[in-house]
Amino acid sequence: MIATSPNTRFLSTGLRRVLGSRVVAAMTTPHGVDRYLELFDPTWSVNEVRAEITAVSHPTADSVTLILRPNGNWQGFRAGQFVRLTVEIDGVRRTRCYSPANSVHAADGKIEVTAKAHAGGFVSRFLREQARPGMVVTLSQADGSFALPEQRPGRVLLISGGSGITPVMAMLRTLCDEGHAGRITFLHYCNAAKDLIYAEELAEIAARYPNVELLRGFAAVEQCGELQGLFNREQLVTAVPDYAEASTFLCGPPGMMKAVQQLWVEDGIAERLHLENFTAAPVVVDSANAEGDVRFARSERLAANNGASLLDQAEAAGLRPEAGCRMGICHTCTCRKLSGRVRDTRTGQLGEEGEEDIQICVSVPVGTVTLDV
Amino acid sequence: MSNFSKLSPKQFAAIGAEFDDIRNRVLADLGERDANYIRTLVKRQRRLEVGGRVMMMIPPTWPLGVAALSVSKILDNMEIGHNVMHGQYDWMGDPTLNSKNFDWDSADTAKNWKQTHNVEHHTYTNVLNRDHDVGYGLLRMSTQQKWEPRFLANVPLTVILHTFFQHFVAVQNLKLEEYLIYKTKTGAQLKEDFKPMWKKMRKQLAKDYVLFPVLAGPMAPLVFVGNVAANLARNVWACAVIFNGHFPEDVEQFPESVLENETRGHWYVRQLLGSANFSGGRLMHIMSGNLSFQIEHHLFPDLPAHRYAEIAPEVRAICEKYGLPYNTGTFLQQTLSTWKRIFKLSLPTRDAGRGRLEPVAEEVPLRMAA
Ligand SMILES: Cc1cc2nc3c(=O)[nH]c(=O)nc-3n(C[C@H](O)[C@H](O)[C@H](O)COP(=O)(O)OP(=O)(O)OC[C@H]3O[C@@H](n4cnc5c(N)ncnc54)[C@H](O)[C@@H]3O)c2cc1C
Ligand code: FES
Repeated sequence: MIATSPNTRFLSTGLRRVLGSRVVAAMTTPHGVDRYLELFDPTWSVNEVRAEITAVSHPTADSVTLILRPNGNWQGFRAGQFVRLTVEIDGVRRTRCYSPANSVHAADGKIEVTAKAHAGGFVSRFLREQARPGMVVTLSQADGSFALPEQRPGRVLLISGGSGITPVMAMLRTLCDEGHAGRITFLHYCNAAKDLIYAEELAEIAARYPNVELLRGFAAVEQCGELQGLFNREQLVTAVPDYAEASTFLCGPPGMMKAVQQLWVEDGIAERLHLENFTAAPVVVDSANAEGDVRFARSERLAANNGASLLDQAEAAGLRPEAGCRMGICHTCTCRKLSGRVRDTRTGQLGEEGEEDIQICVSVPVGTVTLDV
Repeated sequence: MSNFSKLSPKQFAAIGAEFDDIRNRVLADLGERDANYIRTLVKRQRRLEVGGRVMMMIPPTWPLGVAALSVSKILDNMEIGHNVMHGQYDWMGDPTLNSKNFDWDSADTAKNWKQTHNVEHHTYTNVLNRDHDVGYGLLRMSTQQKWEPRFLANVPLTVILHTFFQHFVAVQNLKLEEYLIYKTKTGAQLKEDFKPMWKKMRKQLAKDYVLFPVLAGPMAPLVFVGNVAANLARNVWACAVIFNGHFPEDVEQFPESVLENETRGHWYVRQLLGSANFSGGRLMHIMSGNLSFQIEHHLFPDLPAHRYAEIAPEVRAICEKYGLPYNTGTFLQQTLSTWKRIFKLSLPTRDAGRGRLEPVAEEVPLRMAA
């Protein structure tokens, strides 16, 4: 439950069994065991994955690398997957996805996460500026289908751009740790050499493993990487002539991903391309006119946004979400918004993009909104 | 005459805007301070609970243990449970402090409570036939309630209500009087409704009266009695605080007609007239879950309660400005006043069943039909 070192594992499994027992559950009803364990150590939990930040570094000016020591609930990950990381900023919990960049074979069981701080980004800026050793964050278990298959492919092509380097870095490190025999090409694009997050380690790996080829493309003309300019067919054919035979893993900014995807589709080899979107959310234009759709994810219904409160719109769509006062005081109607933005009819304030709980009786959608209803 | 009829529609609108303004200002300011406050309190409550249960097993520390567990239960139910279940901390996005998930150390299920309290009591505060808290179907608390002979027992029933408060509240949603007295509910219906309630009650009873006594081995009787005492202390205190918030003599009750075309301004004024505060120090406020600021709580039920003390002067100033009463007094004064009402109403009163307030709305009504 607590530490993962082998000498305490025996103790911790025994303790875990006791703490997970029905008697302890009955003693701690209705709050549950975790609410008492926290009194002793903020990372202790029977179910939740929590992790302590043990080291913080800044590989480039606008990025931050965190080393996380997860508690015993962490079940590990497959190279390329992501975790949902939750931090608390000014009293409010915020959750964002990050792809661990370390090898799945890392002996210390720690997780390495690298975030690029976006200029207008809330969480990434916070991590860049505020993350300190000793802080505790909450994690989800690893998720996502973008991952190295169990049956490792022979020829591997990893293509990344900007902060999209993290999941493919996990793949590269994992394959190297496994002594992978097949050829690996690591193709990375970024603005300039100073923005390349794992620059030193990549150079080291390329020098140490003869089967690993490192190709860097810098957008700035005066910089000399192995490649010049943005991704294009000519460049790829010259640099990686056998790309069609490779299992390719792609993660990067939308424009670059689109270009790569298009090429693979044109060549009819789309099934050899695996990709991950970091989806920098599109900025919603705030408009007084009702636009977009209201999507009710759980009940799989869709309605055109008519500008009424989400509760009214849900009911008009034939759904019966729980509701009470219908005026924003009882919180009965609170439900999870999965995406999109809403306006609070009482304050007139425009809410945040992304996942959060909202009171649907006093929220009108601004553009397309997806609710977990 | 009700204070309600003294205001013009324009004034209602202006009052609504002033209260909205306070609310928006506090909302915009919510942050780490509030998060730290509630987390610290939860930590203290859990420590008191664990400490109390342990001390109760050791004879010399038994009285301390009872005191600690009593305080723990009061904090758990009032400043933590009641307030968290109002959604006061939903904005934090912390699943353990969220109104959807939180459950309290009380026989009452969270689900039930949120229906009878957050929805019925807070939306329809002091509106007869709509706010079940006006007498809990048991007592006569307003002259507008028709007198029946059963109300002769108003006083002893109030004492019983205080004693078994958590269990009364737990079965409140059964609306027992509809079965026992008015026969509008069948026994089968009652049984079905009782099932989920019994599930929670059973767990609470097992914890306090079986599990912990058994764990104490030879000290079982001590622990059993200690737990009875702690539950009793919490029951009496919580019930007294709640009664003081709505039943001192000058607090108004309203006929159902008040709800017709009610605007936000009207709703605010009704909350104001239907609630009463009591004064005290910081400890008193925390121990009463800041329901000592019942007026502020009813105006802003989902603002973190520790903020009420800060906005109370502004609320009071608004009352003065519009000539509205701001009902407050010491705990003792409000208690005496409440009991006076309970005594008086056990007997028939002359103006029973009178009084229909004319709706004065001109603005958009607040609640649209479902
Ligand atoms: C599966 C997955 C894995 C991921 N892995 C990683 C990873 O390993 N490393 C990593 O760095 N990121 C990763 N991300 C992205 C990450 O989850 C966040 O989206 C990113 O860190 C930005 O979050 P934020 O809170 O800082 O930005 P937010 O506040 O959520 O803003 C979102 C985006 O909008 C932009 N933005 C905000 N406000 C404005 C505005 N007013 N005008 C214009 N643009 C604006 C921001 O710059 C940002 O790019 C991953 C995402 C996914 C879905
Ligand atoms: S229904 Fe009461 S807050 Fe929405």
